[in-house]
Amino acid sequence: MRPFQYMRPDGLGHAGQLLGDGARPIAGGTNLLDLMKLEVEVPDRLVDLNRLPLGGIEPTDNGGMRIGALVTNSACAADPRIRRNYPVLARAILAGATFQLRNMATTGGNLCQRTRCYYFYNIDQPCNKREPGTGCGAIGGHNRIHAILGASDSCIATYPGDMAVALSALDATVEIERPDGTSRQVPVREFHRLPGDTPQLDNVLEPGEVITAVILPPPAGGRQLYRKVRDRASYAFALVSVAAVVRMDGDTIGSAALAFGALAHKPWHDPRVEQLLAGQAPSDALFHQAADLLLQDAEGQGENDFKIPLTRRTLLAVLREATGGAA
Amino acid sequence: MTRSLTMDRPDDRNRLDAMAQGVIGQPLDRPDGPAKVTGTAPYAAEYPVDGMAEGVLVTATISKGEVTAIDEQSVLSMPGVLAVISDQRMTARAAQGGAGEAPVQQVRQVQYYGQPIAVVLAETFEQARDAAKHLKVTYREDDDAVTDPHDPAAPTETYDEPIDQGNLAQAMAQAAYAVDVTYTTEGHNSAPMEPHASIAEWDGQTLTLHSSLQMLAYNQKELADSLDLAPEQVRLISPYVGGGFGSKLGISPEGVAASVAAMQLNRPVRVVMLRQQVFQCVMRRSETTQRLRLAADANGRLTGFGHEARVSNLPEEEFAEPVTQASEFLYPGEHRRLAIELARVNLMTAGSVRAPGEAVGMQVLESAMDELANAIGMDPVELRLRNIPDQHPSEGIPYSSRKLVECLKAGAERFGWDGSDRTPGQRREGEWWIGTGMANACRVHNINEAQARVTLSPDGTAIVASDMTDIGTGTYAILGQIAGEMLGLDPADVLVQLGDTTLPPGSGSGGSWGAASTGSAVFEACEAIREHLAEQLGTTEEELTLKDGFAIAGNRRVALPDLLAGAEVERTGHFKPGEITEAFAAAMYGAFFAEVAVNAYTGETRVRRFAGAFSMGRVLNEKTATSQCMGGMVWGIGSALTEELTFDARDGHLVNPDLAEYHIPVNLDVPHLDVVLVDERDPAGSPLQAKGVGELGICGAAGAINNAIYHACGVRVRSFPMTPDKLLAELPDP
Repeated sequence: MRPFQYMRPDGLGHAGQLLGDGARPIAGGTNLLDLMKLEVEVPDRLVDLNRLPLGGIEPTDNGGMRIGALVTNSACAADPRIRRNYPVLARAILAGATFQLRNMATTGGNLCQRTRCYYFYNIDQPCNKREPGTGCGAIGGHNRIHAILGASDSCIATYPGDMAVALSALDATVEIERPDGTSRQVPVREFHRLPGDTPQLDNVLEPGEVITAVILPPPAGGRQLYRKVRDRASYAFALVSVAAVVRMDGDTIGSAALAFGALAHKPWHDPRVEQLLAGQAPSDALFHQAADLLLQDAEGQGENDFKIPLTRRTLLAVLREATGGAA
Repeated sequence: MTRSLTMDRPDDRNRLDAMAQGVIGQPLDRPDGPAKVTGTAPYAAEYPVDGMAEGVLVTATISKGEVTAIDEQSVLSMPGVLAVISDQRMTARAAQGGAGEAPVQQVRQVQYYGQPIAVVLAETFEQARDAAKHLKVTYREDDDAVTDPHDPAAPTETYDEPIDQGNLAQAMAQAAYAVDVTYTTEGHNSAPMEPHASIAEWDGQTLTLHSSLQMLAYNQKELADSLDLAPEQVRLISPYVGGGFGSKLGISPEGVAASVAAMQLNRPVRVVMLRQQVFQCVMRRSETTQRLRLAADANGRLTGFGHEARVSNLPEEEFAEPVTQASEFLYPGEHRRLAIELARVNLMTAGSVRAPGEAVGMQVLESAMDELANAIGMDPVELRLRNIPDQHPSEGIPYSSRKLVECLKAGAERFGWDGSDRTPGQRREGEWWIGTGMANACRVHNINEAQARVTLSPDGTAIVASDMTDIGTGTYAILGQIAGEMLGLDPADVLVQLGDTTLPPGSGSGGSWGAASTGSAVFEACEAIREHLAEQLGTTEEELTLKDGFAIAGNRRVALPDLLAGAEVERTGHFKPGEITEAFAAAMYGAFFAEVAVNAYTGETRVRRFAGAFSMGRVLNEKTATSQCMGGMVWGIGSALTEELTFDARDGHLVNPDLAEYHIPVNLDVPHLDVVLVDERDPAGSPLQAKGVGELGICGAAGAINNAIYHACGVRVRSFPMTPDKLLAELPDP
């Protein structure tokens, strides 16, 4: 670990000023500290956000909820309003990490967790995300956990988290404070980005910006599922995950919001799939059509080819369950 | 006074059962437990030493070649950095178990990616780690590194003498039922919770090393040889070891580096391996490719038996994963071929990882046996029962006590085994296919030379002392129980001192031999003390009863302090394996029964129930023995489903060198483990009539899970670990 300065801002504005080049914000630190020990992250300054007034889960005027950026994963998943009205979120959070990590990890920090790509984690290996221009070790290397959608020639890493996948299905919004004190709102579906030629950028946060909250729309109702497929029963990142919010309208699907984890550099959301399902009577044929559409452009790297059939099968399981067991 | 026993023949006296204290075998708590769980038991890196410098190893980033230059100046100006050392005395590899001599020392000749090449010293650990990452190293890289162990072009050699009897090919051709299958297993890491760590302190020409080691008497010689010292100049202290599993059998690079650095800096030095280094530069279990050929007659009796394996190791390393070790004697079949081929590769040292040989050999053998049972249409338990040889099929020697039948029956009963219908895919619960499977357990019995000193104090309490280690197995508990039983003392009145080379050299912990070997040395010392006490009491040792601190003979009952009259009695027991090791096929046996659920959509497997019945000779402590069996079964789950070292064949680096990506089972992966200990005494096992239990629980466990998966869903996975992707390819559409 390299020496760094530790700073504790007085307020949000001050945090923005401190968060210039070479600085990293820290909240729970569950990912950042590991990466600093490995020198994957080498910040000059750590700006500790923990004393800023960014806690609390509050109702919004339009019937949604506002989750402060510093609300821990444990607190969010345990909140009775979240559990009752947004079960897909509580389930997704509880599918991730461990009790100990969830007690420390925060809502804002979780959105910013970095990929688990083996080559990103090893500073002796090439990685365009860690060190732009060095190449991608995972292409042609070990890529069992890597992306099948939206990858580029410079990066095939995935976003590894669970919470953000549920937030994507819920169409939540990320509230961001700019260094000048103004704030902006970014749909969570647009918060993370695809790697393209700049895989070093995980998301759309600009320097000096701080996530202040995640805003949930009014409860969507319906059946909410989070299905995570993994190598062991706990403390393992997803091979594939599916977050689903499905509302039935009699015998047909009223709406189906779906987001997928571990397939891409961001939680994957494909509106075409949702349009295909809406208004249709559930059937295996329909579900396979949905999978066909979803996976139309899927491309394996060799070791991760299995994710394509695995995604199809997992989607099938989720849609059968969410629509009442069509088969 | 020392009392020696060379074990040439069985000890039928069964002295322990003749004792009166009644503590042997009891499920007593570990005396070291409270200190461990309250954090007051010091582990190697935790000794407070004034003025200590911190060292971090620097490891190679090529697989084969030479370090041509190390630019010390690249880090010496960094804050706190004291020195960069790449000394010819440093070691490039860990010593193999029982080596007793320095391991490979040419740190600048790189043979594998991750090999230690230097150590960076600094005032703080963080400074040293940072500098280690910045050190500029120049290499001359060879272009003939072999980094894919499956590469058919890898140089290979036949290891040891293959066993060839009769004509296996003919037996296969003529068999009523035959199975010819090839399985693979991937590399494993011991992943002990405590990383390898050492603190070195010199006092003149004498070195003290606090370290995390399994076999101190051997490690003392290894370290002395590395440093060109006499063994007496080296003191090793290792009273608590946070797991070893073979990875701490030999002195490892951080201990040697700390010693060299402490001498050069003239101050104490601590070197702790990073978790990634524990994975990359200690020991791996070799990956294996195993071909099983099983020929059976119409009654399911084996007529031919073939087990051939390919494993790998670095050039010049003698160790080859002894995959066929239990296959030599577990099953009959007069036409036999057992052989191991060793591929020479440039990957980290392959060495002993818990149950070397049987851990991966048995899981494959037992999967193939299940394939045979299915081919015949026979209950796999019945197939095992029909294939228990009368004598060692190659050597003709008798078996020592063997309770395999009892284990099969006890395990089947506890589990509720129904072997009548082995058709796969018959039971479904929601999304999950449910199936059951079983496997034999078998592990060779080893014993090793050991000494222990027992001192009976004038107050009637006792001290047991040996450089033996407790690597989490319960050595403190069982040695106290042996002495307590023999001397008629509450084990609470027996202080056990371990893990210091100033104490008599014990057997060390490894190969499941610790309890039977060092335990026998304690037993010998206690017998000598009993003889002395008998003489004091005017009786014979056989007539002497010791119980609750009293010596009893005939109608005399004397408190020990009175009998001792102010004098302590000190005896050293010295136990040596003799001809007994050649006279019998001695082994531990058992049977596993597993129930799994396989997700019909995703191929995820969950073990729902897991039972094992085991026999290991006398049980010395029911609780610690049960825990050892449970731990082995947990390893079996990992070997079956999740554990796999993944190397990048392009440069030989280990891709998953941490506990996030090398998946050992977590609590949710482990169901209730049902362990049955089958009562046994083995007079050929040791004077205690005990054998070993530290490794038995893994030997075959993953086979039972493989067989249960097949029974659940009809998919036979011949590649361990059985991750969802491998099942997915074969599962029917959901």
